[in-house]
Parts: sequence; C-alpha cells; structure tokens
Amino acid sequence: MEFPGLYNYWIAMVLMMMGLYIVITDPNMVKKIVGLSIFQVSVFVFYISMAKVRGGTAPILDDRFTVYSNPLPHVLILTAIVVGIATTALALALLVRIQAAFGTVDEEAIKALERET
Amino acid sequence: MISTHLPILQVLVPLLAAPVLALLRGRTLSYLVATGFVVVAFLIAIGLTIQVVHTGAVSYAIGNWAPPLGIEYRIDELTVIMLLMVTGIASAVLIGGGQSIAVEIPERRAPLFFALFCLNVAGLIGMTVTGDVFNLFVFLEISSLSTYALVAMGRDRRALTAAYQYLVIGTVGATFYVIGVGLLYMMTGTLNMADLTARVSGVESTLTIKTALAFLFIGLGVKLGMMPVHFWLPNAYAQAPSTVSAFLAGTATKVAVYVMLRIVFGIFGIGIFTSSYLADVVIALGIFAMVAASVSAIFQSDAKRLLAYSSLAQIGYILFALGLATEAGLTAAILHLFNHGLMKATLFLALTAVALRLGRTRLEDFDGLAQAMPATMLAFAVAALSLVGVPLTIGFVSKWYLLAAAFDRDGVLVAAVILGSSLLALLYLWPLVERAYFRKRPAGAPEIEEAPLALILAMWALVAVNVFLGVNSQFTVNLAANAARHLIGAVP
Repeated sequence: MEFPGLYNYWIAMVLMMMGLYIVITDPNMVKKIVGLSIFQVSVFVFYISMAKVRGGTAPILDDRFTVYSNPLPHVLILTAIVVGIATTALALALLVRIQAAFGTVDEEAIKALERET
Repeated sequence: MISTHLPILQVLVPLLAAPVLALLRGRTLSYLVATGFVVVAFLIAIGLTIQVVHTGAVSYAIGNWAPPLGIEYRIDELTVIMLLMVTGIASAVLIGGGQSIAVEIPERRAPLFFALFCLNVAGLIGMTVTGDVFNLFVFLEISSLSTYALVAMGRDRRALTAAYQYLVIGTVGATFYVIGVGLLYMMTGTLNMADLTARVSGVESTLTIKTALAFLFIGLGVKLGMMPVHFWLPNAYAQAPSTVSAFLAGTATKVAVYVMLRIVFGIFGIGIFTSSYLADVVIALGIFAMVAASVSAIFQSDAKRLLAYSSLAQIGYILFALGLATEAGLTAAILHLFNHGLMKATLFLALTAVALRLGRTRLEDFDGLAQAMPATMLAFAVAALSLVGVPLTIGFVSKWYLLAAAFDRDGVLVAAVILGSSLLALLYLWPLVERAYFRKRPAGAPEIEEAPLALILAMWALVAVNVFLGVNSQFTVNLAANAARHLIGAVP
C-alpha cells in the first residue's frame, strides 16, 4: 500500500477515533459533547474530501472548465451540519438542566447521586 | 387530485402541526389540535392503504423531480403496515393519554410537548415512506432529536441523564449510518434505494461495500435496541413520561427495524446474509438478546423497566428471524414486528393508567389492582398473554411462524431456545398478573378508581386489533408473506 496514499481518509479516520475515544472515556459530560462534535465533523471531512476531484472547480457551467467536483456530497453535508448543530444545542441545553438538577456534570458523581435516591 | 398527493401529506400534516403547536398557548387547545392532526395522519394512512391494496405500490416524486435524481417516496405493503401502526398507536396514545399528560407535563410546557410529539410522529413516518437513504437520515434525526427532548420531560431528574445518555449513543449510531451511506454513495453514485439495489450488485464483493454494510448495520442496531448496544433503552423507557414510553415502545424501535429490513434486505439483498457469516452473527445476537434481556427482566423491580427489558428480548426474536435469511424467517420477522408494536403499546398504556392513579409503577404497587382497575388489568393481562404467545392472540401467530422458520433452517436446538425464552417471558410477566389478581390491596392503601374512559377505550381498541388479527391470522400472515416476498424479490 502506498503511504500516505489518500491521506484525507487517514485524517478523517484519526479525527473519528479521537472523537469516539473522548465520548467513551471522558467522565465530563460537556467534554463528551465536544468529542461527539469532533466525531461528527470527521464524517463531514470524509464526505467533503470524497467528492473533491483533483484539479476540479466548483460546478459552474462555463466553457473554460471541464472538470468539476461533485456538489452533491457537499450539499448533503450542509444538511448534516445543521443536524449536528441541533444535536449539540440540545445536548448543551440538557446539560444546563442536569447541572441545575444535580449540581455537577461529572458522570461518576451523577451516578453516585442517582444510586442514593 | 388530493389522493395523488397523499404520500407527501402523510409526512407534511404532522410536520406542520409542530410549528402551529409551538405558537399555541394553553393545554386543552394544544391537546385538541395535536390530536386532530395525528388523527388526520391516521386517516391518510388508511387512504394510502386502500390505494396500495387496489393499485399496488405507489411512487411519489417530490417536487416532480423524477427519481433517481429527485427524492422519491415509495409506499408498498410493508410501508403501509408500518404507517398504520405508527399513526394508529400515536392516535391511541394521544386520545387515551390526555389526563396522564395533564398530570405529568406542566401547563406551561404542554404546547411544546405536543409539538415535539408531532415532530416525532412526522420523523417516524418520513423514515417509513422515503425511498432515499440520505432523506432517511434527516427524518431519523428529526425523530431522534424530538425523542431526546420528550424523554427529558420525565418528572424525575434521572430523566435528564437518561435523555443525555440516549442522545450521545443515538448520535453515534446516526453518524455511523451517515458513514455507511457515504461509502455506498462513493461506490454507486446514487442515494435512491431502488437505484442502489441495481447498482450494488455489481460491486458487492468490494471491501468498501462490506464496510458500508457494517457501519449501516451497527448504526441502525443502536437505534433499534440491538442487545450489546442497547444501554440507552431501559433508562429512556423507564424515565420518559408514561405516554411517551407507550408511543416509543410501540413504534420507534420498530421503525428502526423496518429501516434495517429496507437497507439490508432491500439494497444489499439476501445473498449477503447467506454468503457471509453475517447471518450467524445476527442469529447469535438475537439469541443472546432473547435470553439475557429476559433474564434481566425477571430481576427488575419497576414495571416500566421490566417491559423495557422485555422489548429488548422481543427485538432479539426479530433479529433472530432476520438472521435466518429465508422467506419464512422474514415473514415471521415482519409479523413479530407488527404485533410486538401492538402488544407493547397496550402494556405501556396500561402502565400509564397505573402511573396516573398511583403515581408510580413499582411491582408491589400492582397488589390487588385487578379489583380497583378491572378493565385496565384485563387489557394488561391479555397483552401479556399475547407477549408470551398464547393461542388466539397475535403473539401466538408470530411465535408459531418464528418456530416453523427456525425449525426449517436450524432444527430442534434453536427452536428449544425460542420456547425457553417464551417461558422466561412467562416468568417475568406472571408476577405482575399474579399480584394484580390474587393478592389484596395492602391495608391502608388509598382508594383508587378505574382509569379514565378514554384511556380504557384506547387500550381496548389495541387489544381488539390484537385479538382480531390473532383469530383471523390468515389475513395478517398473507400481508406479511407478501411483503417478505417483495423484499426478497427486489433483488433478482
């Protein structure tokens, strides 16, 4: 295998694993959401770089250009970004309520509090 | 003509209800508006059913952009079954749950609660009707995001952490789905399901397509409550407002299973199951869920949690039937999908009644309830019997077909596991029924009345459908068998 080869996919994968690792291991629930965002963004990078054609330009109908990047995945990611923002906003709103109800956003501490009741 | 636009109206009606409801003030008004919109959606589903029965599958091009470039809504027999189930259960929950919502949701938040509920219905309907894999993701997120917010409206503060946990796991699942779609698009250049089916068969053996399948399978597995990635489900069901639990348990995971059917069988074809070890993995996961979740259910002290674990076990049955990868197995899976939705909605509605009268649903609260709430507990008992698989209920029909399908492929041992798991179901449901019917109300317990009439009617409507389809099993079985044949037939 040629290294780095299509390095854009390596970047996406490394970002993805970093995000997932934070989601799984970090006890701080705000940082978990940061990890979740990194995880989602890695997929955006994946889609966007997938559609890029080397030497291609934006898909504008003009005689001077013949090579275009594929616009469809880019448009899909616009939608996915909106979904990602909604998810992050909802998660942070939940965390504000959790902070108010439990007085902490640490997962272990909350688990201990829940076990008491 | 309006009848040609029913497919888009099916999604638009509940979707447009949400912003309208968000602008309203007052509980009664928003309740009536939401119920009206949802019932209209149910009527549209009936209209679509009539169309599909008379003229076959309906295809609708959004904005008149012809598929595969435009987004296509595609409605066939299986879609119609799911539409009837989602809109029917939503109507039953709203009509029956009025009082329970009034108790559990503060007046100030009621319009927003109904707006979220309608959004959730719209998302689930959209996932069902769409023939475009990315459009499906958008609807998946509409329904998921509204579910997270609905779960967070539970009264206990633990509802907040349950919603948070669900949000994190659910988002990871949905993102996995997007990755799978991206890989599929990379290899085929299309997002339309029918188009994908045709194009995937040429590149089926590439690693990219196999990776796509793995991502899609795990992503959807999270959403449908597949056993090793199920952690969100018991907490979410137990902490959500009672009516929300009833709606979610009856529909949300079932729609995810439906999407799994569409993607894995519709696009990749049954060949990918039989040619790889995927079939064995799915069967193993199914059996694991049947046994492990049933055993967990036995040790629960709260009825809502108990039923949540029971849901996981039932999902196990469905996965197992899918893993058989035969037409009989698929028929059994569709049957079980449909009737499990009905049974769980009934059981959770009965719990809604108990929670309304007693304020909680711990096991010991059921002592002697049959005297105080005879109609509620009888509906609960019938649905419980159906869950175990007693004849004359729809549960018997699906268990029967499941057993037959298992017998055909894997023989006695697996059939024995199914029977054993049914006995476990009896073990975890019996204490509830026994407490309700054979014990006395504890001395000094407050007097309680029967559930409100609307709730009883909603419960018994679902029970009636259950028993009717259980007795006239031929009708249900034919519908499921047809749907299974079409799914398999999609791949030549």
